Amino acid sequence: MSIKNGLLAILSLGDCHGYQLKHELISRTGSVLDVNIGQIYSTLSRLERDGFVRQLPTASSKDGQQLFAITEAGRAEAQAWLLEPMVDERDVRNDLATKLALAVTLPSVDVARIVKTQRARDIQKLQGLTVDKRGVEPQNPAQVAAVLMNDRAIFNLEAELRWLDHIETILGETKARGLDTALDLQAYAAKRGRPTKSNDKKTGESND
Amino acid sequence: MTKSTLILASGLTRTFGSGDNVVKALHDVSLKVSAGELVAIMGTSGSGKSTLLAALGGLDAIDGGFVEIDGQMLANLKGYEAAALRRQSLGFVFQDLNLVASLTVRENIALPLELDGMAPRDVAALVTSALEEMSLSEIAHRYPDQVSGGQRQKAAVARSFIGNRKILLADEPTGALDSRSSEEVIRLIRSKIDQGLAGVLVTHDAKIAAWADRILIMRDGEIVEEIDSQSSNGAS
Ligand SMILES: Nc1ncnc2c1ncn2[C@@H]1O[C@H](COP(=O)(O)OP(=O)(O)OP(=O)(O)O)[C@@H](O)[C@H]1O
Ligand SMILES: [Mg+2]
Repeated sequence: MSIKNGLLAILSLGDCHGYQLKHELISRTGSVLDVNIGQIYSTLSRLERDGFVRQLPTASSKDGQQLFAITEAGRAEAQAWLLEPMVDERDVRNDLATKLALAVTLPSVDVARIVKTQRARDIQKLQGLTVDKRGVEPQNPAQVAAVLMNDRAIFNLEAELRWLDHIETILGETKARGLDTALDLQAYAAKRGRPTKSNDKKTGESND
Repeated sequence: MTKSTLILASGLTRTFGSGDNVVKALHDVSLKVSAGELVAIMGTSGSGKSTLLAALGGLDAIDGGFVEIDGQMLANLKGYEAAALRRQSLGFVFQDLNLVASLTVRENIALPLELDGMAPRDVAALVTSALEEMSLSEIAHRYPDQVSGGQRQKAAVARSFIGNRKILLADEPTGALDSRSSEEVIRLIRSKIDQGLAGVLVTHDAKIAAWADRILIMRDGEIVEEIDSQSSNGAS
């Protein structure tokens, strides 16, 4: 999952400052994203340049931290990313897992629909790869490399489809038990919004 | 080849139990399958897949809707007519495959033809080639409990094709097979379909379902999704 899309998805919940975004992003994706504050701010400035976020007047923040707000275009961008099936074969499972992990923490996102859209896309992809097999003789040495590559893609897609069925069931059960997976934004005190002690500098994060 | 409709089902409803225990195993399910077309049905356990196959084959009563097989309304057939239609036109592979325990693999495969009164010499020729297609020749003389689960399954698939069937209804035909044998079986099913059979195939394996022209996903007795293999560019 790109930092860009993660930030937009979180900002669609409400205005955040940089450290808050870092904290939210990490806690919502099972800590698999190792992102530093420098990356957060550079991503935010690209998002601002592209019209997806805007800075709020500094006065609107209690502790003097720069707050960022999502624009309508940013909201649309985040929504499109969440709902689009992923097509990057190289890292599709990890990326999809991270996206879904984040999506279940967002109150107004229809995760079942994301799963369904991804499943339909995966099945069609699988059908395409299977059509490619029809004319192929698996034992023909000239075709063995093609068969291997094709079969690997087929097995990967099948695994992803089983995994999608599995999490759909789990999420359905969670919902049936009345459990809510959505997370509200947490009040998060910036580590260095108002530096108190000089040992705060030991966090090792790059400067903003 | 003209794409005649071989299976037409409309508004199928099947309810089990009553009161608090009522299960809507099928709820308003409609389906059309033409010659040369393979339809796969997927869905969670208990979603109604086997119930649907049984209804299509006239093996189980339905509470609503109708089924037409090769232009004949199942509900209008007399008992012996329905039995003849099933024997001659329909091939079944059941989830809990039922080979006859007291007959060898070869005799099991020959059974539908013999029941239909085919001359023994013709039966022998057809069965021999069916055994070869499924790589079962070597175990043809054994009884079902003397072969592996996968071999039993292949024998059941071979039996479902035997003779001049027009329709194949298969419930998890590759369920007990490893991926290599599964592929062998689904390739054979696909080639029969390409020769003009119509097929409905229930499977939990997306790799197998992907050989079908259409995939229907069932949930709670309903078809909730349909995915066509050609629909990636625009068809609804
Ligand atoms: N004879 C019966 N009496 C009562 N309920 C039944 C009967 N047959 C099926 N059912 C119920 O109808 C529903 C659908 O069953 P069905 O066998 O069609 O499911 P399935 O999709 O084939 O599942 P699986 O993938 O496990 O084979 C289930 O809830 C099942 O318990
Ligand atoms: Mg079943």
